[in-house]
Amino acid sequence: MTEVTELIGQQGEAFDTKEVLLNLGPQHPSTHGVLRLVLELDGEYVKRVDPHIGYLHRGTEKLAESFTYTQIFPLTDRLDYLCPPSNNLAFALAVEKLLGIEAPIRAQYIRVMMAELARISGHVLITGALPMDLGAMTALLYAMREREMIMDLLEMISGARMHTSFCRVGGVREDLPDGFLPKIREFCDIFPNRIRDYERLLENNRVFLKRTQGIGVISAEDAIDLGLSGPNLRASGVDWDIRRDEPYEIYDRLDFNVITRDEGDCYARWQCRVEEMRESVRIIEQCLDQMPEGPFQIDMPTIAFPVDKDKVHCSMEALIQHFDLSAYGFKVPKGEVYSAIEAPKGELGFYIISDGSPKPFRMKVRAPSFVNLQGLFGVTNARYLADMIAVLGSLDPVMAEVDK
Amino acid sequence: MSVETPLIRTTITERFGEAIDDLGFAHGVHAFAAPPDMIVELCRFLKEHPALRFNFLSDICGVDHYPEMPRYETVYHLYSLPNKLRVRIKCRLADPPRVPSVTGIWRTANWHEREAWDMYGIRFEGHPDLRRIYMWEGFEGFPQRKDFPLRGYKDKLNPFGAEGTPPTQPDLATKNIP
Repeated sequence: MTEVTELIGQQGEAFDTKEVLLNLGPQHPSTHGVLRLVLELDGEYVKRVDPHIGYLHRGTEKLAESFTYTQIFPLTDRLDYLCPPSNNLAFALAVEKLLGIEAPIRAQYIRVMMAELARISGHVLITGALPMDLGAMTALLYAMREREMIMDLLEMISGARMHTSFCRVGGVREDLPDGFLPKIREFCDIFPNRIRDYERLLENNRVFLKRTQGIGVISAEDAIDLGLSGPNLRASGVDWDIRRDEPYEIYDRLDFNVITRDEGDCYARWQCRVEEMRESVRIIEQCLDQMPEGPFQIDMPTIAFPVDKDKVHCSMEALIQHFDLSAYGFKVPKGEVYSAIEAPKGELGFYIISDGSPKPFRMKVRAPSFVNLQGLFGVTNARYLADMIAVLGSLDPVMAEVDK
Repeated sequence: MSVETPLIRTTITERFGEAIDDLGFAHGVHAFAAPPDMIVELCRFLKEHPALRFNFLSDICGVDHYPEMPRYETVYHLYSLPNKLRVRIKCRLADPPRVPSVTGIWRTANWHEREAWDMYGIRFEGHPDLRRIYMWEGFEGFPQRKDFPLRGYKDKLNPFGAEGTPPTQPDLATKNIP
């Protein structure tokens, strides 16, 4: 103790610190992927932050220019890998708009249901991961248990746990499997109680509250200026949800609330996500109640694969159709489209320019995480290095989507 | 999807006359073409006009129309949070591509413009920090241009790349500009 006191005494009242450049990442558990933050530190205070991204850049947009439209679905899976069905849906909608077609109603319900499952899977992970970054491990372990249930459901539908690639232009790949409905009903019964568990774990956790409440505040003006969307924007008090304001698929038939908070701090963003999971469960239940029987794929031989796969083996026309679509893809009329959906992270938009060939001339992904990460420039009241971790976790960037 | 409204067209024609081309309404978005020197003025007008209020910049996208001329294009997608309207502004650029930056209007334009610079070499004049964003410092060439090979150029780290070297462009130094 004495040594320390003497040291401070010698340097005078103002304890001069040297400015330090700190590399946080690219390999760091709390950057949730390969993000490198170059921080200019004054003691423990953060003076400047400069995110360096691109460590996971795979050139999705450039690759897409050499793929047919059906081949692009697996690429979109790998954007936000926590919620692939949403990405598939966004891309399918953009191409369908260009083609001027709509998927059958049953397919739309299946897609929306899967997108909402994906939303829960994305939100449940960050609901647990943000507290884990701040030292509360428990919630993440429970979150993983619930995420496993969702993965099992997705596996039942599509055969894949993560990269489902289940959407097709003009519908979905298959119909729902037998025995799926009781499983998902069971999930819908169990999950709201589990959400309550997370809240009980963290709502009164004083350390968690101290680390998030009033920390990393983004005002509504700043949030709009910085282009934030999704829960990050709604936590700043801006009431905007594409599902309600520009309804796509069958969202106009569903009844759900748009969750907003006014505080704009890390805790508000966390709360928004927790509440949104409840709404997603409600949406899934309504989908299950309303889902009609019918085709799961549009009946257009030039666009969709033959519904009855046995036909391919016995009918010449079906074989040609199948070969044509797999080898050359289908042509999309000349034009351009920008189509956005409310993905779990925010506005996920696909801007496609078509030159009339089976491959897009240009595909631009408006990735919500890419834009949301710029929220780092708008936060106030995050002075300490440790606050930066809370802010980063609450903005919930998925690096695969940031880097495209 | 937002619906077509004549409001955007009439407001723009009233203020800018014939300088802004109307490209029509398709798939929920009204599109306009503007010359590069009017981009900032048009964006500010759209953002601040009390009846339109396009306050949210969704996206800025670079396009390479090679071999068509003029070769490059920037596409801006704006959204009006109060009115739930979308608009697209397209701006064709000659080679070498230069366009004024809109970072003064929306801060979110910062990274979108850095991306367009990184991928297409479109230079945004007045951008506060125009560095590469995805590729590393010192990377040669602009990877999303149509004449850049899909697998990159062959070198000791990339044995599968195409033969040749990236075209050097004395005007647009590929180094990060200050």
